[in-house]
Amino acid sequence: MTANRIGFYLLLAPLVLWLGLLIILPHIDMALVSFRARVGPRQYEASLNNYAVFATEPLYLFTFLRTAVMSLLATIITLLIAFPVSYYIAKVAKGRRQAVLFLLCLIPFWVSELVRTFGWIILLRETGVISGLLQSLGLADQPVEMLYNDAAMMLGLVYTSMLFMVVPLTTTLESLDDAVIEAGYDLGGSATSVLREIVIPHAMPGIVSGCIVVFMLSLGNYLTPTMLGGKDSLWFTQLIYSQFIVRFNWELGAAFGFCLLFASSFIVWAMLRLTGQTLERTMGEGA
Amino acid sequence: MTIRGPGYPGPRPALKAEPMTPDLECRGLTKRFGDVVAVENVNFGVPPGSFFSILGPSGCGKTTIMRMIAGFLEPTAGEILIKGRSVVGVPPNKRPVNMVFQHLALFPMMNVAENIGYGLRRQGVAKSEISRRVGKVLERIHLPGVGGRKISELSGGQRQRIAIARCMVLEPDVLLLDEPLGALDLKLRESMKIELKALQAEFDTTFVYITHDQGEALVMSDAVAVMNDGRFEQVGSARDLYYRPATAFVAGFVGEANRWKGKIVEAKGEALRVTTDHGLDLSASGSGLKQGDHVEIFVRPETIRIAHDAEGVARDANNMSVEVSSLLFNGANSRILVRDTKSGEEIDVALPQSKEFLSLEKGAEIHIGWGHDQALAFADAGR
Repeated sequence: MTANRIGFYLLLAPLVLWLGLLIILPHIDMALVSFRARVGPRQYEASLNNYAVFATEPLYLFTFLRTAVMSLLATIITLLIAFPVSYYIAKVAKGRRQAVLFLLCLIPFWVSELVRTFGWIILLRETGVISGLLQSLGLADQPVEMLYNDAAMMLGLVYTSMLFMVVPLTTTLESLDDAVIEAGYDLGGSATSVLREIVIPHAMPGIVSGCIVVFMLSLGNYLTPTMLGGKDSLWFTQLIYSQFIVRFNWELGAAFGFCLLFASSFIVWAMLRLTGQTLERTMGEGA
Repeated sequence: MTIRGPGYPGPRPALKAEPMTPDLECRGLTKRFGDVVAVENVNFGVPPGSFFSILGPSGCGKTTIMRMIAGFLEPTAGEILIKGRSVVGVPPNKRPVNMVFQHLALFPMMNVAENIGYGLRRQGVAKSEISRRVGKVLERIHLPGVGGRKISELSGGQRQRIAIARCMVLEPDVLLLDEPLGALDLKLRESMKIELKALQAEFDTTFVYITHDQGEALVMSDAVAVMNDGRFEQVGSARDLYYRPATAFVAGFVGEANRWKGKIVEAKGEALRVTTDHGLDLSASGSGLKQGDHVEIFVRPETIRIAHDAEGVARDANNMSVEVSSLLFNGANSRILVRDTKSGEEIDVALPQSKEFLSLEKGAEIHIGWGHDQALAFADAGR
């Protein structure tokens, strides 16, 4: 019995250490930092000033909302592209083909995100592949710049998130018995009604868990908006970065960090409520 | 006399001189997957209101036939007619047939009433009408008031009935059942057999049932087709298949049988003298066979008579003295394995339920016998 107990605590230890040292402690510290204001060199006092700055400065608020809305949009676009792909992998492709297709989705992730994003730059820049192709085909009479705008950034975000949507979707769709789909047709259903009444309700836990992951990844993404986005495509993580590193204003940076955390928690909660799912179910079935 | 349109829902013209249109008819039905022939030139008709089974081992092509009737596969050649109209090329959601799937395929995301109402919703039936018809069909399957339950809250037998109700509420011309009892345990399967037959009578709909379990097919069906290797071996009543098998496959597949290979030493019409490979001399019957033919002999364990002395079996065409080599007690289906003292051939014999042989023991000497018409001979396809 005691040996069992020791074993249990030993197994639990890495998890507790990981959660405690890497997540809970830093966050407590961050929270404390965000609630103080510097009044002089090495002199601090408790204050809500940082949050007040966030709430009153239009640029911060605008960037915050923009980041949330763009992340939602990226999530929706990713879902719309990933769903047919996952359906094909899970239900149409068989055997070896299925494995190969799944692997093809995975292969881009063997390369670092930085290199992948550079790949897009090579394709999209003024002197890039697509621009050159358009010119040689006579469709453009001068170099076309496709980088540094919201569309390029969205492309990058969707591309980066694809796998995290395809995996949970493929898993839930695979668990749907083919006979259930056939029964849907057999009883008079059309392709759209089978999709609406049978396939999507079944895939809902996967859809929601994929959406949560993709949304979180987009919201917290720094690299893609920085590299592909234009001057106007400010991302909230860039504000946090500049407060911490450029301005050396840790207090405001920490407050921004917490605002982002609250926003993502709220949106995930709202997503779960809207779709009638629970976190337990989506994570249990999706992953 | 008034001329009735094709859609006239009048009484069935049961007493007409010509045979009525079968609910389901297959003509020259063939399906090939690449070089593999899954179904080869299958012909049958199922009269209205009857229970028709296709019985065969797994991989014989019976599921392929069912999927072609349901519309999930297109035949390579041949016709499928439902109430006299060809349905080849018609998608599954437009065919007047419905299917009960092997694992039932109830929609887990819907409750019982939504499951049953699914097909009606697709037909655009009004909401109040749907709930009325769902309530009615639930009563007919003796499960009134379960409409609000989840599928996962039902027992195996209840799910079975819901799956049938989900189809029957649409009043299909033909109901297809793809081994729906396979997933149930033995006791439930026995009671569901009787219940399925009762439901078929209740709904008065044509059932086409596929199974590899001869017990299910024989008990429930008006007619059974025995299928092997993509072809129908024999179509007939359960009794026909059991007592008058047309081929060696049917004789071996339906019911139990001792099976020996041998050679005909003398043939007089249907009466044959055969010597098995182990040297057992037998009288048998079989048609279209001549002296020197290689044959397979089938003798059912339950047709063999046992006696303590030679007198008891003296009048049987085949009789021999044997030694009991093992006793296989299984209640009403008890068997003994005996060994012929002359040829050493092992024979499977059903143990009679009289007390006379209760004390039989291993090594005991007894006498067995059977008539020549109980030993059926078929040409041995393997040689």
